[in-house]
Amino acid sequence: MATSDVKLLGAWPSPFALRVHIALNIKSIDYECLEENLLAKSQLLLQSNPVHKKVPVLIHHDKPICESLAIVQYIDEAWSSAPSILPSDPYDRAVARFWAAYIDDKWFPWLNGVANAQGAEAKKAALDQVREGLVVLEEAFGKCSKGKDFFSGDRIGYVDIALGCFLGWVYVAEKRNDVKLLVEDKMPGLAAWANKFCEDGTVKDVMPDKDELLEFANMILEARAKLNASSNN
Amino acid sequence: MAREEVTLLGMWASPLALRIEWALKCKGIWYKCIDEDLLNKSQRLLTHNPIHKKIPVLLHGGKSIPESLVILEYIDETWKQNPLLPEDPYERAMARFWAKFVDEKCWTTIPGVFGNERGDEQEKSKEKAIEELRILEKQLEGKKFFGGESVGFLDIVCGWIAYWLPFIEDITGLKLVDETSFPALSAWFKAYLSVPWVKELLPPPDKLRAHLITFRQKLLSSRLLNI
Repeated sequence: MATSDVKLLGAWPSPFALRVHIALNIKSIDYECLEENLLAKSQLLLQSNPVHKKVPVLIHHDKPICESLAIVQYIDEAWSSAPSILPSDPYDRAVARFWAAYIDDKWFPWLNGVANAQGAEAKKAALDQVREGLVVLEEAFGKCSKGKDFFSGDRIGYVDIALGCFLGWVYVAEKRNDVKLLVEDKMPGLAAWANKFCEDGTVKDVMPDKDELLEFANMILEARAKLNASSNN
Repeated sequence: MAREEVTLLGMWASPLALRIEWALKCKGIWYKCIDEDLLNKSQRLLTHNPIHKKIPVLLHGGKSIPESLVILEYIDETWKQNPLLPEDPYERAMARFWAKFVDEKCWTTIPGVFGNERGDEQEKSKEKAIEELRILEKQLEGKKFFGGESVGFLDIVCGWIAYWLPFIEDITGLKLVDETSFPALSAWFKAYLSVPWVKELLPPPDKLRAHLITFRQKLLSSRLLNI
């Protein structure tokens, strides 16, 4: 299949775009990566995702697919040969979808909330909530992995992708707030999983460098703080 | 596995539980429905959905599946007759995209119109809701149902809008969808609600209206008291 048949509109800091990179790698699909400047979105992005105007967008045979988890499932179904991203059993698939929804609808907003929290008390509460979510996910990991390396077992799968994409941003939150979120003694399963995830062949080359991400986050959040300060004057 | 007993933990006035009943009925699956008291949640509900403690939850073969969109896909994958999602991966991705849109956007803004009194907040919700409904209108253009000629996954996901919206408009005195501005959506409301297995499961209108009025009163007074 020609490289240009599969295009990914992404942005290097985006955890959601990272999900798609990993899924494409799992299936060994050749693709063209188009880096978007999120402050100056391309015509292609605005046309391909007119509803949300966000990355990632997968363009396959000139048809755009949006929403990272919809894209990951699309990749699993359009390239249906092994390895699979979702399990084959309907109940196991439901469990995987449930946890991916928990991550997107509950846990990620909490992680995002850390940057938005104003004042020490609010920050602490936001960080505690992220940690509590990780404790829930630790239990989920225990049940899903059944003693193996990943949520999906021996290989990276749907929930691994859904959660693993945020590991760089967890590091950013830890460094910026001088705390530990992925606490090894409270979440030993997840701590080990995180290392294996980042080292995996499908992830290693596409995961952004954590310190570059930290630098990027610092820059964005300082710019935002300056904007808020000047608009408050 | 598919022949085992199917139980739905639901609530008669819940749009999300209704989605599941529609899916089960569409596929001709026999099920038992248990009405949960959401103000006094049962041990059964807390056991079967410990993370969110919400309905709907599907019980099948000793397993519990919460979250309505997750349940819908489980039902479609377990019982293959009358498929809800299309076969083509691209069409499936579109259905999932729009389902997420409806659940993230319309599910917040339409109740937002309802849960606010006349004023800025309500006006803002109304404008957003109309904007989102316009986007859905475009998806329906040239089609009888979101699923094409027949009802599919997205029709079942959006179905609550067809039934609940007129009640919300009536109670708040606000019109969001009129036939002139929303010809496709208006036609779809009628077509969807006429489908026999959709119609037979709709909560009784007088009972729902009374329930929504009481529910709104509680919502508004709790906002006033900042509870």
